[in-house]
Amino acid sequence: MSNEKTTPRAADEVGVPDHHQYMHPVLEKNHGNWAYHDRPRAGVLRHVSKSGDEIFTVRAGTQRQMDVFTIRKLCDIGDEFADGHIRFTTRSNIEYMMSDEAKVQPLIDKLGEEGFPVGGTGASVTMISHTQGWLHCDIPGTDASGVVKGLMDMLHEEFIQEKMPNRVRITTSCCQINCGGQGDIAINVQYTKPPKINHDLVANVCERPAVVARCPVAAIRPAMVDGKPTLEVDEKKCVCCGACYPPCPPMQINGDDSTKIAIWVGGKHSNARSKPTFHKLAVANLPNNAPHWPEVNAVVKRIVKAYKKDAKHWERMGEWIERIGWNRFFEMTDLAFTKHHLDTWTGARKTMNQSAHIHF
Amino acid sequence: MKDGDHKDGKAKDAEIHPTPMLDQLEDGPWPSFVTGLKRLRDAKGEQYAPMMNDLMGQLNHSYENRKGYWKGGVVSVFGYGGGIIPRYSEVAEKFPESKEFHTLRVMPPPGFHYTTEILRKLCDVWEEHGSGLIALHGQSGDIMLQGCTTENTQAAFDAINELGFDLGGAGPALRTAMSCVGAARCEHSCYDEGKAHRQIINAFLDEMHRPSLPYKFKFKFSGCGNDCVNAIHRADFAVIGTWRDDIKIDQEKVKEHVATAGRKYTIDTVVNMCPTRAISLNDDDTMEIDNASCVRCMHCINVMTKALSPGDDKGVSVMIGGKRSLKVGDMMGIMIKPFIKLETQEDFDDLEEFAETCIEFFADNALEHERVGETIDRIGLPAFLEAVGVEADPNMVNHPRTSSYVRTDDFDDEAAKWFERKARDAGMTVAGE
Ligand code: HEM
Ligand code: SF4
Ligand code: SF4
Ligand code: SF4
Ligand code: SF4
Repeated sequence: MSNEKTTPRAADEVGVPDHHQYMHPVLEKNHGNWAYHDRPRAGVLRHVSKSGDEIFTVRAGTQRQMDVFTIRKLCDIGDEFADGHIRFTTRSNIEYMMSDEAKVQPLIDKLGEEGFPVGGTGASVTMISHTQGWLHCDIPGTDASGVVKGLMDMLHEEFIQEKMPNRVRITTSCCQINCGGQGDIAINVQYTKPPKINHDLVANVCERPAVVARCPVAAIRPAMVDGKPTLEVDEKKCVCCGACYPPCPPMQINGDDSTKIAIWVGGKHSNARSKPTFHKLAVANLPNNAPHWPEVNAVVKRIVKAYKKDAKHWERMGEWIERIGWNRFFEMTDLAFTKHHLDTWTGARKTMNQSAHIHF
Repeated sequence: MKDGDHKDGKAKDAEIHPTPMLDQLEDGPWPSFVTGLKRLRDAKGEQYAPMMNDLMGQLNHSYENRKGYWKGGVVSVFGYGGGIIPRYSEVAEKFPESKEFHTLRVMPPPGFHYTTEILRKLCDVWEEHGSGLIALHGQSGDIMLQGCTTENTQAAFDAINELGFDLGGAGPALRTAMSCVGAARCEHSCYDEGKAHRQIINAFLDEMHRPSLPYKFKFKFSGCGNDCVNAIHRADFAVIGTWRDDIKIDQEKVKEHVATAGRKYTIDTVVNMCPTRAISLNDDDTMEIDNASCVRCMHCINVMTKALSPGDDKGVSVMIGGKRSLKVGDMMGIMIKPFIKLETQEDFDDLEEFAETCIEFFADNALEHERVGETIDRIGLPAFLEAVGVEADPNMVNHPRTSSYVRTDDFDDEAAKWFERKARDAGMTVAGE
């Protein structure tokens, strides 16, 4: 190999690469000139350009955290069917584009043989957008890829068909930072115990004023333990958010006894019909039971089923609940409404019913 | 097992950590990441195989104890301050080969387009220098090359950099951006998302590579109100396509839609679901839209993709201040620029200039660890608007204030400015100009 380097290579600050060099030629040719699309079947899109060109897209689910062999296999399929061009969706589905309709079915068959489910279009439950969990993050209360694998196994039927009232976007997050984002259903770790402090380390690794400033409820105070400066937490005030952990790892938030899972519903980012919304608490304190998270799966299944059965076409989950009322939502999903569903944070009053409107 | 070809058969059983918990995640119809991890672990002779064996051991250990075992640190490449997420194992004495397992955040091409050729090259680099494990993609949009030793980080970066890729953001910095497929394949697209994405991020690369902002700052680009990349909740600066003139209606296609879908169904799913009651279906099954009431929500266009489409006078809305919980609670971006025309190079430059103004405002005014949405809440929207040179607009609010606690002694001056602005917009010359 090379001799010892004297000067390191200076980075070429290329920034965001030019996508046109990678784009399928039919997309490149019709860039900005598309007329409409339809969906010949679940998992397949047909886009028609104003120039008359057509492109068929086949969408398939992946495991997101992929080994190079899987990626190469997906590439082989792309070479065989899609002229060596592929793209990914924001939810880690892969898309193959083809101008020849005759290739669609053989590609679907091939993806099936290789174990990649075809679907995720239109009114389906598409791939869950998720985070890193135990595989790689430094604050996770649970895994991400594992939870998602279990959930997608359970929801597989709803991925490969378009039988929901509207699209269902599910997200998971392995701590309250919630990298997974907003969703029709958001499955998030909720820490339930204040951080456990390793007092021996605080003075050395934590910038204490910064940690104190980070706490949203001012629960952290400077303290002395065994003659050493450290921090203490007013446990009655603490909301277990974990914000103190990143600047002060000795304030361990992710203990095995304190990671519960909460499920939230009715988030949506699209502006279609109703304005975008945040997701709202449906149930908390579900056990964090690896490797199959059966309790979480069961609740998600109930929510998806109730929505599927009762919502009108084009209603997203939040819009459906808005129409039927929370009363009926809790009834239909067999979940409890508790005092913890009442918001206590800034602006809480805006979340209360300030009217005489009621549902029975 | 449906996973197919293990590269070279398994490593010696004695060396392999048992992974009873993870093994259970190999059944079922969904592709299993565990099967993938095992392929890497079992790729005999590859430099990463021992690392992946220990990684799997640690992960199984996490599954058993319900605890994560990674801690952060500081790792970067020459000339850059950010872009690498350092990970050190807290259980390295049990799993020494994966004691360093850093991630390279790599910026993807807009719209996540790839050739198989370039993906294979990325795989080759990551087999040579890293773990062979790649996430496509992280929720901020990055290609995440997961699992690199400190020693290999520079070489891995050099190699991907030579392929034309660059590191993304981490820490208090401009972050990697994301854009929807948009103009490349979506008829709803109201601007060239990829061009805006590249121009803006590439203009401020210094803020990404040498973190010096108070906290993170994210851009996201969606081509229309469907907001497929979730810009509104998760971008400090959300660029969302829209149009100013009338929705385009192909009446023949409307009739076809009614004929196939049915009159009642069309009324239930299109007319009745318009949030502003802007649509009516005529007796002859043509459609009428009151465009002055339309809020460009996209619903009717989503349902009737052939019959309806966005108008011709296209551009973007900019919403500022979206973010997740920490520490004041969730925020969505506030509508700050209802419309910026986005067609000519000059238009794109205007957008970039506005972005620069906002980043500068953020750099100068945000407290440490404060997102721009929180800064705006702290100082009030009027102060922010003044700082970035934007006039108040009714599109910014759901409704005007309800609290009377405000000083209004210069109300008349402000009203005069409003009328002047309206006159100028109408092409009139304003007194004193
Ligand atoms: C320990 C500190 C943190 C770490 C290690 C971390 C890590 C990450 C990672 C790995 C992702 C990408 C997730 C994925 O797709 O796998 C991410 C995204 C994200 N993070 Fe963090 N994060 C940290 C702190 C925070 C904080 C304090 C916040 C909130 C104030 C936050 C908010 C987010 C959000 C909203 C996303 C999604 C981003 C988007 O899609 O725009 N993170 N973070
Ligand atoms: S949700 Fe929390 S634990 Fe999960 S990746 Fe994001 S920061 Fe890490
Ligand atoms: S977990 Fe959150 S609320 Fe509790 S002490 Fe830490 S920062 Fe404060
Ligand atoms: S945001 Fe709009 S333009 Fe972009 S892909 Fe989604 S529907 Fe198409
Ligand atoms: S875009 Fe939305 S608001 Fe406008 S007419 Fe269609 S449904 Fe109504």
